[in-house]
Amino acid sequence: MNNLQFFAYLLVLAGSTNLIRVIPFVAIKEKINNKYVRSFLYYIPYAVLTAMTLPAAFYATRSIVSALVGIVVAIILAYKNKSLTVVAIFACLAVYITELFI
Amino acid sequence: MKNYLRGLKAGIPIGLGYLSVSFTFGIAAISYGLNWWQAILVSMTTVTSAGQFAGIGMMAEPGLYWQMLISQITINIRYSFMSISIGQKADEKFKGIYRWLLGFFMTDEIFAVASQEESVKRSFFLGLSTIPYIGWSLGTAIGALLGNILPARIMSALALAIYGMFIAIVVPEMKKAKPVILAVVLAFGFSSMFYYIPLLKKVSSGLSISICAIAAALICAVLFPVSEEDDNSDKSSNLDKESKNDKEVVTNE
Repeated sequence: MNNLQFFAYLLVLAGSTNLIRVIPFVAIKEKINNKYVRSFLYYIPYAVLTAMTLPAAFYATRSIVSALVGIVVAIILAYKNKSLTVVAIFACLAVYITELFI
Repeated sequence: MKNYLRGLKAGIPIGLGYLSVSFTFGIAAISYGLNWWQAILVSMTTVTSAGQFAGIGMMAEPGLYWQMLISQITINIRYSFMSISIGQKADEKFKGIYRWLLGFFMTDEIFAVASQEESVKRSFFLGLSTIPYIGWSLGTAIGALLGNILPARIMSALALAIYGMFIAIVVPEMKKAKPVILAVVLAFGFSSMFYYIPLLKKVSSGLSISICAIAAALICAVLFPVSEEDDNSDKSSNLDKESKNDKEVVTNE
C-alpha cells in the first residue's frame, strides 16, 4: 500500500477513535443528577469488564485448562482484596505453571 | 507528583498486559502488509485494540474509508460512555485542554482503573496512562520488528494479565454491592450469547461488548438505582487505600 493511502486510512482510524472518546469527555462538564443515569454510569464499568473477560478469557491462553486455573487463582486473590498487580501476576504464573504439566 | 506516581504504579499491570496484546498486533500488522513504522504509528496514534485489528484488515484493500469509519464508530462507541463516566469524577483541575489531551488515553483498562478513584485527578490519570502507552507502542514495535521472539509459553501466560486485572476490579465490588453480582451475571450471559450463537458471532467483538454492557447496566440501573449516599461514600478499591484521605472533591450536590 502506498503512503498516501496509508495516511488517509490512519486519519480515519485515529481520528474517529479519538473523537469518540474525547468529545463526550470535553462536552459533558455538568454533574448528571438523574438517579438512573448515575446508576447506569456506576454499573457500566463492571458490565464492560465482565463482557470483555467472559467468556473470552477461557480461550486467551494455549489451553482452556490453564486459562481456567488462572481465572480461578485470580478470583480467589481478588476475593481476598489483593492488589491488581498481584492478582495479574499470579494469574499469569498460574497459567505458566499449569502449562508445564499439560 | 504523589498522584502521578500512584497512577504510574497502578498502570504497571495494564502495561504488562498491553505488551502481549500489542505484540500480537505488531505481528498481525506486518502480515497484512504494513511496514514496521506504519504499525508503530497506528498504535501510537490510536491506542485501541479491537479497532486497530479491524482497521489494519481494511487497510489492506483500497477505498474502504466509509466502511472503516462506520466499523470504528460501532467498535469504539463504548469509549463515549467511559468518557462520560470518568468526566463525572474528574477533579476541578482536570478540564479544558487537559481533557482534550488526556481523553486520548481512555482505553478499557485505563478507564477500569480510573473508575475506581473517588475523584480522578489529572496527574493520576496521566501517570496511569504512561506505562500502558509505552507498553502498547513498545509491544507493537517488538512484534513488528522481531516477530516471534518470545516463547509461546510466555505469551500464553501474559495473555491472562489483563483479565486477571479485570477480575481484581470486579470481584471486590461484587462483595460490597450485591446488584453488581446481577450486572456481572447479565453481562456474562449476554456476552456468551454473542460468543456461542452462530448468527450473533458475526458481530464484531467491540460492538458486542458495547451491547452487552449497555444492556446489563441499563437493567441494573432500572432495578437497583444507586442511592446518592452509596454512590458518594466509601467506594474505594483495593487499589488505593491512601486515596481515602483526600475526599475533599467528592461529588456532593
